Amino acid sequence: MTTTSAAVRRRRAATAGFHLGAGTLALLWLLPIGLVLVTSLRSFDDIAANGLGSWPHSFTLDNFRQAWVDGGQRRALINSLLVTIPAVLVTLALASMAAFALSRYELPFRRSLLLLMLGGNLLPPQILLVPVSKLSELMGLHDTLTALIGVQIGFGVGFYVFVLHGFMRAIPAEIQQAAVVDGAGPWQIFWRIILPLTRPALAALSALSFTWVFNDLLWAITVLRSDTKMPITAALIGLQGQYVSMWNVIAAGSVIAAAPTVAVFLRFQRHFVAGLNLGAVK
Amino acid sequence: MAVLTPTKSTSPAPSPPGGGRRRGAARRTPPLVLAFVMVPLLAEALWVFWPALQGFYLALTDWDGVSPPTFVGLDNFREMAGDDTFRSATWHTVLWLVLFGGLSALLGLATALLFQQERRGIGFYRAALFLPVVFSLVATALVWQAIYQPDGVLNQVLEAVGLGSLRHAWLADQDTALYAVIVPALWRQIGYVMVLYLAGLKGIDPALYEAAKVDGASAWQRFRHVTLPQLRSVNAVVLSVIVIDSLRSFDVVWSLTRGGPYHSSELLSTYMYSTAFQSLRLGYGSALAVVIFVLAFGVICSYLVRAFREAD
Repeated sequence: MTTTSAAVRRRRAATAGFHLGAGTLALLWLLPIGLVLVTSLRSFDDIAANGLGSWPHSFTLDNFRQAWVDGGQRRALINSLLVTIPAVLVTLALASMAAFALSRYELPFRRSLLLLMLGGNLLPPQILLVPVSKLSELMGLHDTLTALIGVQIGFGVGFYVFVLHGFMRAIPAEIQQAAVVDGAGPWQIFWRIILPLTRPALAALSALSFTWVFNDLLWAITVLRSDTKMPITAALIGLQGQYVSMWNVIAAGSVIAAAPTVAVFLRFQRHFVAGLNLGAVK
Repeated sequence: MAVLTPTKSTSPAPSPPGGGRRRGAARRTPPLVLAFVMVPLLAEALWVFWPALQGFYLALTDWDGVSPPTFVGLDNFREMAGDDTFRSATWHTVLWLVLFGGLSALLGLATALLFQQERRGIGFYRAALFLPVVFSLVATALVWQAIYQPDGVLNQVLEAVGLGSLRHAWLADQDTALYAVIVPALWRQIGYVMVLYLAGLKGIDPALYEAAKVDGASAWQRFRHVTLPQLRSVNAVVLSVIVIDSLRSFDVVWSLTRGGPYHSSELLSTYMYSTAFQSLRLGYGSALAVVIFVLAFGVICSYLVRAFREAD
Protein backbone atom coordinates (compact mmCIF):
# COMPACT_ATOMS: atom_id res chain seq x y z
CA MET A 1 0.00 0.00 0.00
CA THR A 2 2.52 2.61 1.17
CA THR A 3 5.02 1.73 -1.54
CA THR A 4 2.43 2.12 -4.34
CA SER A 5 1.16 5.45 -3.03
CA ALA A 6 4.74 6.67 -2.77
CA ALA A 7 5.30 5.59 -6.36
CA VAL A 8 2.14 7.39 -7.47
CA ARG A 9 3.24 10.53 -5.64
CA ARG A 10 6.67 10.34 -7.21
CA ARG A 11 5.17 9.94 -10.68
CA ARG A 12 2.91 12.94 -10.07
CA ALA A 13 5.87 15.04 -8.98
CA ALA A 14 7.80 13.97 -12.08
CA THR A 15 4.86 14.91 -14.31
CA ALA A 16 4.52 18.30 -12.65
CA GLY A 17 8.27 18.86 -12.99
CA PHE A 18 8.13 17.94 -16.66
CA HIS A 19 5.31 20.35 -17.40
CA LEU A 20 7.00 23.10 -15.43
CA GLY A 21 10.25 22.71 -17.36
CA ALA A 22 8.68 22.11 -20.75
CA GLY A 23 6.18 24.91 -20.23
CA THR A 24 8.91 27.39 -19.34
CA LEU A 25 10.92 26.36 -22.39
CA ALA A 26 7.90 26.67 -24.68
CA LEU A 27 7.00 30.09 -23.30
CA LEU A 28 10.58 31.26 -23.67
CA TRP A 29 10.47 30.11 -27.29
CA LEU A 30 7.20 31.91 -27.94
CA LEU A 31 8.29 35.09 -26.17
CA PRO A 32 9.91 36.77 -29.22
CA ILE A 33 6.76 36.02 -31.21
CA GLY A 34 4.62 37.57 -28.48
CA LEU A 35 6.90 40.60 -28.43
CA VAL A 36 6.66 41.22 -32.16
CA LEU A 37 2.88 40.83 -32.03
CA VAL A 38 2.62 43.37 -29.23
CA THR A 39 5.04 45.78 -30.92
CA SER A 40 3.08 45.55 -34.18
CA LEU A 41 0.01 46.82 -32.32
CA ARG A 42 1.65 49.68 -30.42
CA SER A 43 1.43 53.26 -31.59
CA PHE A 44 4.57 55.09 -32.68
CA ASP A 45 4.09 57.75 -30.02
CA ASP A 46 3.95 55.07 -27.36
CA ILE A 47 7.27 53.58 -28.49
CA ALA A 48 8.89 57.00 -28.90
CA ALA A 49 7.80 58.13 -25.45
CA ASN A 50 8.27 54.96 -23.40
CA GLY A 51 10.93 53.06 -25.33
CA LEU A 52 10.76 49.87 -27.37
CA GLY A 53 11.23 47.57 -24.41
CA SER A 54 8.65 49.19 -22.16
CA TRP A 55 5.21 47.91 -21.22
CA PRO A 56 2.74 48.93 -23.99
CA HIS A 57 0.45 51.90 -23.35
CA SER A 58 -1.57 52.60 -26.48
CA PHE A 59 -2.57 50.38 -29.39
CA THR A 60 -3.40 50.88 -33.06
CA LEU A 61 -3.97 48.79 -36.18
CA ASP A 62 -2.66 51.56 -38.38
CA ASN A 63 0.84 49.99 -38.46
CA PHE A 64 -0.51 47.17 -40.59
CA ARG A 65 -2.07 49.65 -43.01
CA GLN A 66 1.23 51.51 -43.29
CA ALA A 67 3.24 48.36 -43.94
CA TRP A 68 0.61 46.91 -46.26
CA VAL A 69 -0.14 49.99 -48.38
CA ASP A 70 2.65 52.57 -47.98
CA GLY A 71 5.40 50.03 -47.37
CA GLY A 72 4.44 47.97 -50.43
CA GLN A 73 3.92 44.74 -48.54
CA ARG A 74 0.75 43.95 -50.46
CA ARG A 75 2.49 43.90 -53.83
CA ALA A 76 5.41 42.00 -52.32
CA LEU A 77 3.12 39.33 -50.90
CA ILE A 78 1.47 38.90 -54.30
CA ASN A 79 4.92 38.56 -55.89
CA SER A 80 5.87 35.94 -53.32
CA LEU A 81 2.77 33.89 -54.02
CA LEU A 82 3.24 34.27 -57.79
CA VAL A 83 6.69 32.69 -57.38
CA THR A 84 6.03 30.18 -54.63
CA ILE A 85 2.91 28.43 -55.88
CA PRO A 86 4.14 27.60 -59.41
CA ALA A 87 7.61 26.76 -58.12
CA VAL A 88 6.27 24.26 -55.58
CA LEU A 89 3.82 22.64 -57.98
CA VAL A 90 6.31 22.26 -60.84
CA THR A 91 9.17 21.13 -58.61
CA LEU A 92 7.12 18.41 -56.98
CA ALA A 93 5.64 17.26 -60.29
CA LEU A 94 9.10 16.97 -61.85
CA ALA A 95 10.61 15.42 -58.74
CA SER A 96 7.93 12.74 -58.42
CA MET A 97 8.36 11.84 -62.09
CA ALA A 98 12.11 11.46 -61.74
CA ALA A 99 11.80 9.61 -58.44
CA PHE A 100 9.28 7.23 -60.01
CA ALA A 101 11.53 6.45 -62.93
CA LEU A 102 14.64 6.02 -60.78
CA SER A 103 13.00 3.91 -58.09
CA ARG A 104 10.68 1.68 -60.13
CA TYR A 105 12.74 0.96 -63.27
CA GLU A 106 16.16 -0.49 -63.72
CA LEU A 107 17.61 2.43 -65.61
CA PRO A 108 21.32 2.43 -66.36
CA PHE A 109 23.32 4.62 -63.94
CA ARG A 110 20.25 5.26 -61.85
CA ARG A 111 22.19 5.54 -58.61
CA SER A 112 24.68 7.93 -60.14
CA LEU A 113 21.86 10.05 -61.53
CA LEU A 114 20.19 10.19 -58.14
CA LEU A 115 23.51 11.12 -56.53
CA LEU A 116 24.13 13.78 -59.17
CA MET A 117 20.70 15.35 -58.71
CA LEU A 118 20.96 15.41 -54.94
CA GLY A 119 24.53 16.70 -55.18
CA GLY A 120 23.34 19.68 -57.23
CA ASN A 121 20.97 20.63 -54.45
CA LEU A 122 23.69 20.35 -51.82
CA LEU A 123 25.98 22.81 -53.60
CA PRO A 124 26.42 26.06 -51.72
CA PRO A 125 24.28 28.54 -53.67
CA GLN A 126 27.13 31.07 -53.56
CA ILE A 127 28.95 29.25 -56.34
CA LEU A 128 25.88 29.72 -58.54
CA LEU A 129 24.96 33.32 -57.78
CA VAL A 130 27.13 35.15 -60.30
CA PRO A 131 26.54 32.71 -63.19
CA VAL A 132 22.79 32.47 -62.51
CA SER A 133 22.45 36.22 -62.52
CA LYS A 134 24.35 36.39 -65.83
CA LEU A 135 22.40 33.42 -67.23
CA SER A 136 19.08 35.10 -66.53
CA GLU A 137 20.36 38.23 -68.31
CA LEU A 138 21.43 36.10 -71.25
CA MET A 139 18.01 34.48 -71.51
CA GLY A 140 16.32 37.87 -71.29
CA LEU A 141 14.81 36.87 -67.96
CA HIS A 142 16.77 39.21 -65.72
CA ASP A 143 14.58 40.97 -63.21
CA THR A 144 11.57 38.76 -63.96
CA LEU A 145 9.68 36.46 -61.62
CA THR A 146 10.08 33.72 -64.27
CA ALA A 147 13.82 33.63 -63.62
CA LEU A 148 13.22 33.29 -59.90
CA ILE A 149 10.73 30.45 -60.45
CA GLY A 150 13.19 28.77 -62.81
CA VAL A 151 16.11 28.83 -60.41
CA GLN A 152 13.93 27.70 -57.51
CA ILE A 153 12.79 24.68 -59.54
CA GLY A 154 16.23 23.81 -60.85
CA PHE A 155 17.95 24.15 -57.49
CA GLY A 156 15.22 22.48 -55.42
CA VAL A 157 14.29 19.50 -57.55
CA GLY A 158 17.26 17.29 -56.61
CA PHE A 159 16.38 17.15 -52.95
CA TYR A 160 12.76 16.22 -53.58
CA VAL A 161 13.80 13.51 -56.05
CA PHE A 162 15.98 12.02 -53.35
CA VAL A 163 13.29 12.03 -50.65
CA LEU A 164 10.55 10.76 -52.95
CA HIS A 165 12.88 8.08 -54.32
CA GLY A 166 13.39 6.73 -50.82
CA PHE A 167 9.67 6.78 -50.29
CA MET A 168 8.69 5.14 -53.58
CA ARG A 169 11.33 2.46 -53.29
CA ALA A 170 9.56 1.19 -50.16
CA ILE A 171 6.40 0.40 -52.16
CA PRO A 172 6.43 -3.37 -52.81
CA ALA A 173 7.31 -4.47 -56.33
CA GLU A 174 4.34 -6.87 -56.43
CA ILE A 175 1.90 -3.99 -56.76
CA GLN A 176 3.62 -2.79 -59.89
CA GLN A 177 4.02 -6.31 -61.30
CA ALA A 178 0.31 -6.97 -60.85
CA ALA A 179 -0.46 -3.78 -62.76
CA VAL A 180 1.94 -4.74 -65.56
CA VAL A 181 0.17 -8.10 -65.87
CA ASP A 182 -3.11 -6.22 -66.19
CA GLY A 183 -1.60 -4.29 -69.12
CA ALA A 184 -0.91 -0.97 -67.43
CA GLY A 185 1.70 1.31 -69.02
CA PRO A 186 4.22 3.42 -67.10
CA TRP A 187 1.92 6.43 -67.07
CA GLN A 188 -0.94 4.44 -65.50
CA ILE A 189 1.39 2.87 -62.96
CA PHE A 190 2.73 6.29 -62.07
CA TRP A 191 -0.57 8.13 -61.98
CA ARG A 192 -2.92 5.46 -60.62
CA ILE A 193 -0.70 3.41 -58.31
CA ILE A 194 2.56 4.99 -57.21
CA LEU A 195 1.50 8.62 -56.95
CA PRO A 196 -1.56 7.93 -54.75
CA LEU A 197 0.63 5.84 -52.44
CA THR A 198 3.11 8.72 -52.27
CA ARG A 199 0.50 11.25 -51.17
CA PRO A 200 1.65 11.56 -47.55
CA ALA A 201 5.21 12.34 -48.65
CA LEU A 202 3.98 14.80 -51.26
CA ALA A 203 1.81 16.57 -48.69
CA ALA A 204 4.73 16.94 -46.32
CA LEU A 205 7.09 18.09 -49.06
CA SER A 206 4.61 20.66 -50.37
CA ALA A 207 4.32 22.20 -46.93
CA LEU A 208 8.11 22.20 -46.54
CA SER A 209 8.92 23.56 -49.97
CA PHE A 210 6.24 26.23 -49.66
CA THR A 211 7.99 27.60 -46.61
CA TRP A 212 11.45 27.27 -48.19
CA VAL A 213 10.61 29.04 -51.43
CA PHE A 214 8.43 31.63 -49.73
CA ASN A 215 11.15 32.46 -47.21
CA ASP A 216 14.01 32.68 -49.70
CA LEU A 217 15.96 35.91 -49.83
CA LEU A 218 19.23 35.12 -51.59
CA TRP A 219 17.90 34.00 -54.99
CA ALA A 220 15.43 36.88 -55.06
CA ILE A 221 18.03 39.58 -54.55
CA THR A 222 20.32 37.82 -57.02
CA VAL A 223 17.98 37.68 -60.04
CA LEU A 224 15.65 40.61 -59.28
CA ARG A 225 16.46 44.32 -59.34
CA SER A 226 13.28 46.44 -59.26
CA ASP A 227 11.57 47.07 -55.94
CA THR A 228 8.19 46.36 -57.51
CA LYS A 229 9.18 42.76 -58.30
CA MET A 230 10.69 41.84 -54.94
CA PRO A 231 9.07 39.11 -52.83
CA ILE A 232 8.09 39.70 -49.25
CA THR A 233 11.45 38.81 -47.67
CA ALA A 234 13.37 41.38 -49.71
CA ALA A 235 10.56 43.89 -49.25
CA LEU A 236 10.85 43.43 -45.51
CA ILE A 237 14.50 44.47 -45.67
CA GLY A 238 13.37 47.45 -47.75
CA LEU A 239 10.82 48.30 -45.07
CA GLN A 240 13.59 48.20 -42.48
CA GLY A 241 15.46 50.84 -44.46
CA GLN A 242 12.38 52.92 -45.23
CA TYR A 243 11.00 53.04 -41.69
CA VAL A 244 14.23 53.26 -39.71
CA SER A 245 13.51 52.79 -36.02
CA MET A 246 9.74 52.85 -36.56
CA TRP A 247 9.57 49.47 -34.90
CA ASN A 248 5.78 49.39 -34.87
CA VAL A 249 5.66 49.36 -38.69
CA ILE A 250 8.62 46.98 -39.05
CA ALA A 251 6.98 44.58 -36.58
CA ALA A 252 3.69 44.76 -38.48
CA GLY A 253 5.60 44.00 -41.68
CA SER A 254 7.28 40.99 -40.06
CA VAL A 255 3.90 39.68 -38.93
CA ILE A 256 2.52 40.03 -42.45
CA ALA A 257 5.59 38.29 -43.90
CA ALA A 258 5.33 35.38 -41.47
CA ALA A 259 1.57 34.89 -41.57
CA PRO A 260 1.30 32.76 -44.75
CA THR A 261 3.90 30.20 -43.68
CA VAL A 262 2.44 30.01 -40.19
CA ALA A 263 -0.97 29.39 -41.73
CA VAL A 264 0.46 26.60 -43.90
CA PHE A 265 2.22 25.08 -40.91
CA LEU A 266 -0.86 25.13 -38.68
CA ARG A 267 -3.03 23.73 -41.45
CA PHE A 268 -0.64 20.93 -42.45
CA GLN A 269 1.07 20.27 -39.13
CA ARG A 270 -0.01 16.62 -39.18
CA HIS A 271 1.40 16.14 -42.68
CA PHE A 272 4.71 17.61 -41.57
CA VAL A 273 5.07 15.14 -38.70
CA ALA A 274 3.59 12.12 -40.47
CA GLY A 275 5.74 12.63 -43.54
CA LEU A 276 8.93 13.04 -41.57
CA ASN A 277 8.16 9.91 -39.56
CA LEU A 278 7.49 7.84 -42.66
CA GLY A 279 10.65 9.13 -44.27
CA ALA A 280 12.79 8.30 -41.27
CA VAL A 281 11.45 4.74 -40.91
CA LYS A 282 12.27 4.09 -44.60
CA MET B 1 2.52 1.35 -43.81
CA ALA B 2 -1.10 0.43 -43.23
CA VAL B 3 -1.71 0.82 -46.94
CA LEU B 4 1.05 -1.55 -47.90
CA THR B 5 0.28 -4.60 -45.77
CA PRO B 6 -2.91 -5.89 -47.47
CA THR B 7 -1.32 -5.95 -50.92
CA LYS B 8 1.46 -8.19 -49.69
CA SER B 9 -0.99 -10.97 -48.86
CA THR B 10 -2.32 -11.04 -52.45
CA SER B 11 1.09 -11.18 -54.12
CA PRO B 12 2.49 -14.68 -53.38
CA ALA B 13 0.08 -16.55 -55.66
CA PRO B 14 0.75 -14.89 -59.04
CA SER B 15 4.39 -13.96 -58.62
CA PRO B 16 6.36 -17.25 -58.83
CA PRO B 17 5.47 -18.59 -62.34
CA GLY B 18 5.99 -15.60 -64.68
CA GLY B 19 8.42 -13.65 -62.55
CA GLY B 20 11.38 -13.86 -64.91
CA ARG B 21 9.49 -12.71 -67.95
CA ARG B 22 8.00 -9.74 -66.20
CA ARG B 23 11.32 -8.58 -64.87
CA GLY B 24 12.66 -8.79 -68.43
CA ALA B 25 9.85 -6.52 -69.62
CA ALA B 26 10.68 -3.94 -67.01
CA ARG B 27 14.31 -3.85 -68.12
CA ARG B 28 13.48 -2.41 -71.52
CA THR B 29 12.99 1.17 -70.43
CA PRO B 30 9.87 2.80 -71.89
CA PRO B 31 10.59 6.19 -73.51
CA LEU B 32 8.17 7.91 -71.15
CA VAL B 33 10.23 6.75 -68.19
CA LEU B 34 13.37 8.17 -69.78
CA ALA B 35 11.58 11.48 -70.27
CA PHE B 36 10.56 11.40 -66.63
CA VAL B 37 14.24 11.49 -65.69
CA MET B 38 15.51 13.71 -68.46
CA VAL B 39 13.18 16.69 -68.00
CA PRO B 40 14.02 17.34 -64.34
CA LEU B 41 17.67 16.58 -65.04
CA LEU B 42 17.76 19.17 -67.81
CA ALA B 43 16.08 21.75 -65.59
CA GLU B 44 18.73 21.15 -62.97
CA ALA B 45 21.49 21.15 -65.59
CA LEU B 46 20.38 24.55 -66.89
CA TRP B 47 20.07 26.25 -63.50
CA VAL B 48 22.65 24.38 -61.43
CA PHE B 49 25.25 22.22 -63.21
CA TRP B 50 26.06 24.61 -66.05
CA PRO B 51 26.21 27.69 -63.77
CA ALA B 52 28.34 25.74 -61.29
CA LEU B 53 30.91 24.98 -63.99
CA GLN B 54 30.92 28.64 -65.01
CA GLY B 55 31.34 29.59 -61.36
CA PHE B 56 34.55 27.57 -61.14
CA TYR B 57 35.87 29.15 -64.32
CA LEU B 58 34.97 32.69 -63.20
CA ALA B 59 36.99 32.12 -60.02
CA LEU B 60 40.05 32.17 -62.27
CA THR B 61 39.16 35.49 -63.84
CA ASP B 62 39.05 39.19 -63.12
CA TRP B 63 35.60 40.52 -64.06
CA ASP B 64 33.60 43.67 -63.47
CA GLY B 65 30.46 42.24 -65.10
CA VAL B 66 30.60 44.71 -68.01
CA SER B 67 33.72 44.09 -70.07
CA PRO B 68 34.56 40.45 -70.84
CA PRO B 69 36.28 38.52 -68.00
CA THR B 70 40.07 38.28 -68.21
CA PHE B 71 41.78 35.05 -67.21
CA VAL B 72 44.17 35.59 -64.28
CA GLY B 73 44.88 32.02 -63.18
CA LEU B 74 45.15 31.63 -59.43
CA ASP B 75 45.64 35.34 -58.73
CA ASN B 76 42.33 35.60 -56.86
CA PHE B 77 43.39 32.88 -54.46
CA ARG B 78 46.79 34.48 -54.00
CA GLU B 79 45.02 37.73 -53.13
CA MET B 80 43.03 35.95 -50.41
CA ALA B 81 46.22 35.08 -48.57
CA GLY B 82 46.79 38.75 -47.86
CA ASP B 83 43.12 39.69 -47.38
CA ASP B 84 42.36 40.37 -43.71
CA THR B 85 38.63 40.48 -44.26
CA PHE B 86 38.81 37.07 -45.91
CA ARG B 87 40.76 35.69 -42.98
CA SER B 88 38.32 36.99 -40.38
CA ALA B 89 35.30 35.91 -42.47
CA THR B 90 36.77 32.39 -42.61
CA TRP B 91 37.33 32.37 -38.87
CA HIS B 92 33.76 33.58 -38.27
CA THR B 93 32.45 30.90 -40.59
CA VAL B 94 34.28 28.23 -38.60
CA LEU B 95 32.98 29.73 -35.35
CA TRP B 96 29.51 29.78 -36.84
CA LEU B 97 29.82 26.13 -37.82
CA VAL B 98 30.91 25.10 -34.34
CA LEU B 99 28.51 27.28 -32.35
CA PHE B 100 25.45 27.38 -34.58
CA GLY B 101 25.91 23.83 -35.88
CA GLY B 102 27.06 22.19 -32.67
CA LEU B 103 24.53 23.86 -30.40
CA SER B 104 21.60 23.27 -32.72
CA ALA B 105 22.49 19.56 -32.93
CA LEU B 106 22.95 19.17 -29.18
CA LEU B 107 19.93 21.20 -28.18
CA GLY B 108 17.82 19.68 -30.95
CA LEU B 109 18.62 16.21 -29.65
CA ALA B 110 18.04 17.28 -26.05
CA THR B 111 14.63 18.76 -26.77
CA ALA B 112 13.70 15.72 -28.86
CA LEU B 113 14.58 13.45 -25.94
CA LEU B 114 12.58 15.68 -23.60
CA PHE B 115 9.55 15.72 -25.89
CA GLN B 116 9.76 12.19 -27.28
CA GLN B 117 7.11 10.55 -25.11
CA GLU B 118 3.49 11.02 -26.15
CA ARG B 119 1.73 12.62 -23.21
CA ARG B 120 -0.76 15.35 -22.47
CA GLY B 121 0.28 18.76 -23.79
CA ILE B 122 3.25 17.41 -25.75
CA GLY B 123 1.80 18.60 -29.07
CA PHE B 124 1.77 22.18 -27.81
CA TYR B 125 5.36 22.04 -26.57
CA ARG B 126 6.61 20.56 -29.83
CA ALA B 127 4.67 23.10 -31.88
CA ALA B 128 6.05 25.97 -29.80
CA LEU B 129 9.63 24.93 -30.52
CA PHE B 130 8.94 24.21 -34.14
CA LEU B 131 7.00 27.37 -34.92
CA PRO B 132 10.05 29.61 -35.58
CA VAL B 133 11.21 27.15 -38.26
CA VAL B 134 8.46 28.37 -40.57
CA PHE B 135 9.49 32.03 -40.27
CA SER B 136 11.79 33.46 -42.86
CA LEU B 137 15.23 34.29 -41.54
CA VAL B 138 14.57 37.89 -42.51
CA ALA B 139 11.48 38.10 -40.30
CA THR B 140 13.36 36.27 -37.54
CA ALA B 141 16.19 38.77 -37.82
CA LEU B 142 13.90 41.78 -37.56
CA VAL B 143 12.15 40.32 -34.50
CA TRP B 144 15.49 39.94 -32.77
CA GLN B 145 16.79 43.26 -33.99
CA ALA B 146 13.99 44.92 -32.02
CA ILE B 147 14.90 42.87 -28.97
CA TYR B 148 18.57 43.92 -29.26
CA GLN B 149 17.94 47.66 -29.59
CA PRO B 150 19.48 49.91 -26.92
CA ASP B 151 15.98 50.57 -25.53
CA GLY B 152 14.80 47.04 -26.38
CA VAL B 153 13.54 44.23 -24.20
CA LEU B 154 16.88 42.54 -23.62
CA ASN B 155 18.47 45.64 -22.11
CA GLN B 156 15.31 46.40 -20.11
CA VAL B 157 15.34 42.91 -18.64
CA LEU B 158 19.03 43.19 -17.76
CA GLU B 159 18.30 46.49 -16.05
CA ALA B 160 15.37 45.02 -14.17
CA VAL B 161 17.33 42.10 -12.75
CA GLY B 162 20.15 44.37 -11.63
CA LEU B 163 22.57 43.59 -14.44
CA GLY B 164 22.28 47.08 -15.91
CA SER B 165 26.05 47.21 -16.30
CA LEU B 166 25.72 44.62 -19.08
CA ARG B 167 23.46 46.89 -21.15
CA HIS B 168 24.76 46.96 -24.67
CA ALA B 169 24.18 47.99 -28.24
CA TRP B 170 24.44 44.29 -29.04
CA LEU B 171 24.52 44.55 -32.81
CA ALA B 172 26.67 47.67 -33.00
CA ASP B 173 29.49 46.35 -30.82
CA GLN B 174 32.24 44.49 -32.64
CA ASP B 175 32.70 42.10 -29.73
CA THR B 176 29.08 40.95 -29.54
CA ALA B 177 27.67 41.34 -33.08
CA LEU B 178 28.53 37.83 -34.27
CA TYR B 179 27.06 36.13 -31.19
CA ALA B 180 24.02 38.37 -31.30
CA VAL B 181 23.43 37.11 -34.83
CA ILE B 182 23.92 33.44 -33.93
CA VAL B 183 21.17 33.46 -31.27
CA PRO B 184 18.25 34.16 -33.65
CA ALA B 185 19.65 31.60 -36.09
CA LEU B 186 19.72 29.03 -33.28
CA TRP B 187 16.23 29.98 -32.12
CA ARG B 188 15.00 29.02 -35.55
CA GLN B 189 17.17 25.94 -36.18
CA ILE B 190 16.72 23.99 -32.95
CA GLY B 191 13.08 23.17 -33.65
CA TYR B 192 14.03 21.86 -37.07
CA VAL B 193 16.72 19.54 -35.73
CA MET B 194 14.33 18.47 -32.96
CA VAL B 195 11.78 17.30 -35.51
CA LEU B 196 14.43 15.29 -37.36
CA TYR B 197 15.47 13.62 -34.11
CA LEU B 198 11.88 13.04 -32.99
CA ALA B 199 11.27 11.13 -36.19
CA GLY B 200 14.44 9.12 -35.60
CA LEU B 201 13.55 8.32 -32.00
CA LYS B 202 10.11 7.19 -33.06
CA GLY B 203 11.70 4.73 -35.46
CA ILE B 204 13.57 2.89 -32.71
CA ASP B 205 12.04 -0.48 -31.87
CA PRO B 206 10.69 -0.30 -28.28
CA ALA B 207 11.65 -3.98 -27.86
CA LEU B 208 15.31 -2.88 -27.79
CA TYR B 209 14.63 -0.74 -24.71
CA GLU B 210 12.67 -3.57 -23.10
CA ALA B 211 15.55 -5.97 -23.68
CA ALA B 212 18.05 -3.47 -22.28
CA LYS B 213 15.85 -2.91 -19.24
CA VAL B 214 15.59 -6.65 -18.62
CA ASP B 215 19.36 -6.79 -18.78
CA GLY B 216 19.45 -4.11 -16.07
CA ALA B 217 20.75 -1.21 -18.19
CA SER B 218 20.48 2.23 -16.58
CA ALA B 219 18.83 5.16 -18.32
CA TRP B 220 22.24 6.50 -19.38
CA GLN B 221 23.34 3.08 -20.67
CA ARG B 222 20.11 2.74 -22.64
CA PHE B 223 20.76 6.15 -24.19
CA ARG B 224 24.42 5.40 -24.88
CA HIS B 225 24.06 1.85 -26.19
CA VAL B 226 20.56 1.77 -27.67
CA THR B 227 19.43 5.28 -28.60
CA LEU B 228 22.67 6.70 -30.01
CA PRO B 229 23.58 3.73 -32.23
CA GLN B 230 20.01 3.54 -33.47
CA LEU B 231 20.11 7.23 -34.39
CA ARG B 232 23.15 6.79 -36.61
CA SER B 233 21.40 7.48 -39.89
CA VAL B 234 19.53 10.46 -38.42
CA ASN B 235 22.82 11.80 -37.08
CA ALA B 236 24.26 11.64 -40.57
CA VAL B 237 21.27 13.57 -41.92
CA VAL B 238 21.44 16.14 -39.13
CA LEU B 239 25.17 16.67 -39.52
CA SER B 240 25.00 17.24 -43.23
CA VAL B 241 22.00 19.54 -42.82
CA ILE B 242 23.91 21.52 -40.21
CA VAL B 243 27.14 21.88 -42.13
CA ILE B 244 25.35 22.84 -45.30
CA ASP B 245 23.04 25.28 -43.50
CA SER B 246 25.97 26.86 -41.65
CA LEU B 247 27.95 27.50 -44.79
CA ARG B 248 24.86 28.84 -46.52
CA SER B 249 23.84 31.13 -43.67
CA PHE B 250 23.35 34.50 -45.22
CA ASP B 251 19.88 35.93 -44.71
CA VAL B 252 20.08 36.40 -40.97
CA VAL B 253 23.47 38.12 -41.06
CA TRP B 254 22.51 40.22 -44.04
CA SER B 255 19.30 41.43 -42.42
CA LEU B 256 20.87 42.16 -39.04
CA THR B 257 24.34 43.59 -39.66
CA ARG B 258 25.33 43.21 -43.35
CA GLY B 259 28.45 41.60 -41.88
CA GLY B 260 29.43 44.67 -39.87
CA PRO B 261 30.37 46.59 -37.84
CA TYR B 262 33.82 46.59 -39.45
CA HIS B 263 33.35 43.04 -40.75
CA SER B 264 33.01 41.75 -37.18
CA SER B 265 30.07 39.50 -38.11
CA GLU B 266 31.22 38.88 -41.68
CA LEU B 267 30.79 35.31 -42.92
CA LEU B 268 32.25 33.95 -46.15
CA SER B 269 28.74 33.93 -47.61
CA THR B 270 28.08 37.62 -46.89
CA TYR B 271 31.60 38.63 -47.94
CA MET B 272 31.13 36.74 -51.18
CA TYR B 273 27.80 38.49 -51.86
CA SER B 274 29.01 42.00 -51.14
CA THR B 275 32.24 41.45 -53.09
CA ALA B 276 30.41 40.18 -56.15
CA PHE B 277 27.27 42.29 -56.23
CA GLN B 278 28.21 45.49 -54.42
CA SER B 279 31.92 45.93 -55.17
CA LEU B 280 31.22 44.26 -58.56
CA ARG B 281 34.38 42.16 -58.30
CA LEU B 282 32.70 39.13 -59.82
CA GLY B 283 35.91 37.14 -60.30
CA TYR B 284 37.12 37.52 -56.72
CA GLY B 285 33.56 36.86 -55.48
CA SER B 286 33.47 33.62 -57.47
CA ALA B 287 36.80 32.60 -55.97
CA LEU B 288 35.33 33.17 -52.49
CA ALA B 289 32.39 30.99 -53.50
CA VAL B 290 34.85 28.26 -54.49
CA VAL B 291 36.34 28.41 -51.00
CA ILE B 292 32.85 27.91 -49.53
CA PHE B 293 32.37 25.00 -51.90
CA VAL B 294 35.67 23.42 -50.86
CA LEU B 295 34.72 23.72 -47.18
CA ALA B 296 31.37 22.06 -47.86
CA PHE B 297 32.66 19.47 -50.31
CA GLY B 298 34.33 16.95 -48.02
CA VAL B 299 31.47 16.85 -45.55
CA ILE B 300 28.79 16.59 -48.21
CA CYS B 301 30.64 13.80 -50.01
CA SER B 302 31.36 11.70 -46.96
CA TYR B 303 27.75 11.88 -45.84
CA LEU B 304 26.40 11.30 -49.32
CA VAL B 305 28.50 8.18 -49.61
CA ARG B 306 27.42 6.96 -46.19
CA ALA B 307 23.77 7.67 -46.91
CA PHE B 308 23.95 5.74 -50.15
CA ARG B 309 25.75 2.77 -48.66
CA GLU B 310 23.06 2.55 -46.03
CA ALA B 311 20.32 3.00 -48.60
CA ASP B 312 21.28 -0.16 -50.47
